[in-house]
Amino acid sequence: MNQDIWNFIFIGGSFALYIWIAIKSRAATTKEYYVASGGVSPFANGMATAADWMSAATFISMAGIIAASGYDASRFLMGWTGGFVLLTTLIVPYLRKFNKFTVTDFLGDRFYSNVARAVGVICAIFICMTYIMGQMRGVGIVFSRLFEIEIWLGVIIGASIVFFYAGLGGMKGITYTQVAQYCVMVFAYTIPAIFISMLLTGNVIPQLGLIGDFTKGDADPVPLLSKLNTLNTELGFAQYTDGSLGKMDMFCITAALMCGTAGLPHVIVRFFTVKSVKAVRASACWTLLFIAVVYLTAPAIGAFARTNLISEVHNRSYAEAPDWFKNWEDRGLIAWVDKNGDGVMQHSAGAAFAGKPVYTAERVEDAPRAVTNELSDNTNEVFYDRDILVMANPEMAGLPMWVIALVMAGCVAAALSTAAGLLLVLSTSISHDLMKKIVSPNMSDATEVKCARGASFCFLVIAAYFGINPPAEFVAKTVAFAFGLAASSFFPTILMGIFSKRINREGAILGMVAGVGLTLGYIVYFQFIAQHKEYFFGISPEGIGFFGMLLNFAVANAVSAVTPAPPQEIVDMVENIRNPSDAGSATH
Amino acid sequence: MSTSTEESTAKPVSRGGYWSQSLRVVYIVLAIWLFASLGCGILFRELLDSLLPSVGGAPFGFWMAQQGSIISFLALLLLYRFLMNRLDKQYGFDERDRS
Repeated sequence: MNQDIWNFIFIGGSFALYIWIAIKSRAATTKEYYVASGGVSPFANGMATAADWMSAATFISMAGIIAASGYDASRFLMGWTGGFVLLTTLIVPYLRKFNKFTVTDFLGDRFYSNVARAVGVICAIFICMTYIMGQMRGVGIVFSRLFEIEIWLGVIIGASIVFFYAGLGGMKGITYTQVAQYCVMVFAYTIPAIFISMLLTGNVIPQLGLIGDFTKGDADPVPLLSKLNTLNTELGFAQYTDGSLGKMDMFCITAALMCGTAGLPHVIVRFFTVKSVKAVRASACWTLLFIAVVYLTAPAIGAFARTNLISEVHNRSYAEAPDWFKNWEDRGLIAWVDKNGDGVMQHSAGAAFAGKPVYTAERVEDAPRAVTNELSDNTNEVFYDRDILVMANPEMAGLPMWVIALVMAGCVAAALSTAAGLLLVLSTSISHDLMKKIVSPNMSDATEVKCARGASFCFLVIAAYFGINPPAEFVAKTVAFAFGLAASSFFPTILMGIFSKRINREGAILGMVAGVGLTLGYIVYFQFIAQHKEYFFGISPEGIGFFGMLLNFAVANAVSAVTPAPPQEIVDMVENIRNPSDAGSATH
Repeated sequence: MSTSTEESTAKPVSRGGYWSQSLRVVYIVLAIWLFASLGCGILFRELLDSLLPSVGGAPFGFWMAQQGSIISFLALLLLYRFLMNRLDKQYGFDERDRS
């Protein structure tokens, strides 16, 4: 059996499973469409949330980023898990008790204003759109690698599948497909890690392999991380365990990712599907446990992949280069330029050339693909796209073909599950928050569901377009901006809505506008306008969400203090959501 | 649930008491959260790397940033769940899961 057949079995099999689940659980009413009738068990919701949460960026890019930047990548590890502590203690139990369909519903009701609702809709669409583009791109990359098709075709196939089960099945369809997708993902992520951990460290548990000894070859065992530090230093990189980001920047980015996590609408609404506040708490524990399995493995994969990459590529001649090197070269994700003309590949710190590789048209057999990029003047000769480290990992370690196929199925599951969750928020923010609550309140239930399906189709078309022509370079980088926006809009405003009775309509709206304005302005300025990277106080655009959040708090409190207090029924409502009993099932 | 409403009206001070008690739980959990993640993983990392013994082959601060913090988060959520459920029981807000 060759690789293509294995790929076909794994991808085809998992797709058949998702579609079968979707047909079994097709949604007919708004309640099924928005919150899966509110009767999902905490355990199943935990798995679904974990799958929803772990995106293509987590699955494909994170280990690659860890491999490339060592300690610096801890900001993603801590940020994307630590946010669940905020989410669980500050947000979801209360919003579940509030008992409505969407996050924007809370903003609209708590701040008694359709303007607040509209600001919420805009923020939700903005966050989810930035995020979903990365997912579509991820699906495209995997398909192009798998079936040797163009990325655009892969994106369109992925989008069709997502529309089929998320657009039609709503939350009910999504929930159970996400449970299946989590299972695919967790095996796809951990099985190669187990094999590689055994190869490199002799430890069956990859999470422990990270802190274990490097035992491959004849040399005396040394701690894996010391070995990596030595390799890194020899090639001119910063020490693997030290990193090179400023402490302040690191702090702000991590904080922004944490608060952003706690404000992501597609994660919050997942907790609306369980039946009580008590079930929300249980479900949050399950969610973090399922996420932790993958997140504790990621730093191990990162360290293993880096060790493998350096030892397999550095100081080898092209003729001796492993097969995977040439495979990924064909896909345009690896390139080698022989700067010193010795026929041997040298890897060191710095970019080999400017930008992504642009190849010359001809491909000569048994010779590296020539690039036309302008070469940089450092000694590094190897370019690799960090996204390939997870996908190429099994090939690097010489694992059996079915493992490679499994990893591909996992990548697709990760992208599809997150895209489905995002699509649900996007479509409900149009059908429920905009149409039903603002434009035409007399809409019937069936029309609302139709409207949601129509909206999800439109959003998918837009997302697919941006997946094919991505506006930003890295999948993970685009996602990081979504977090900045969530951290400066939803998180602080929801938090104040629950924990303060004094924050009023004016404060909340101006707070959100100020927070998002600062964050968006800073990101746009440094990404598109400024040609330099002299950030204010060394805060990179990824970390600005933290300051956006502080500004939101400050403006909201200041404005609320000088404008009239919220009416009595709002104060009563806040009292009510603080009481966990009798959360009931979701209503309009 | 009608029983819980009756119980909470039976204790007139319980509402305010419940809220301040649950705020205390949140403060405790978040204080540890802040220390374990942003504290140990970022602010005091070098200090921990040099002062405390390594975890296996990993310097302590580095390990906290990559694995230790995640394990603490999980423990914190379990702690939060336990404390809040106990509090609910004390104030009669406890709900039996309906099937």
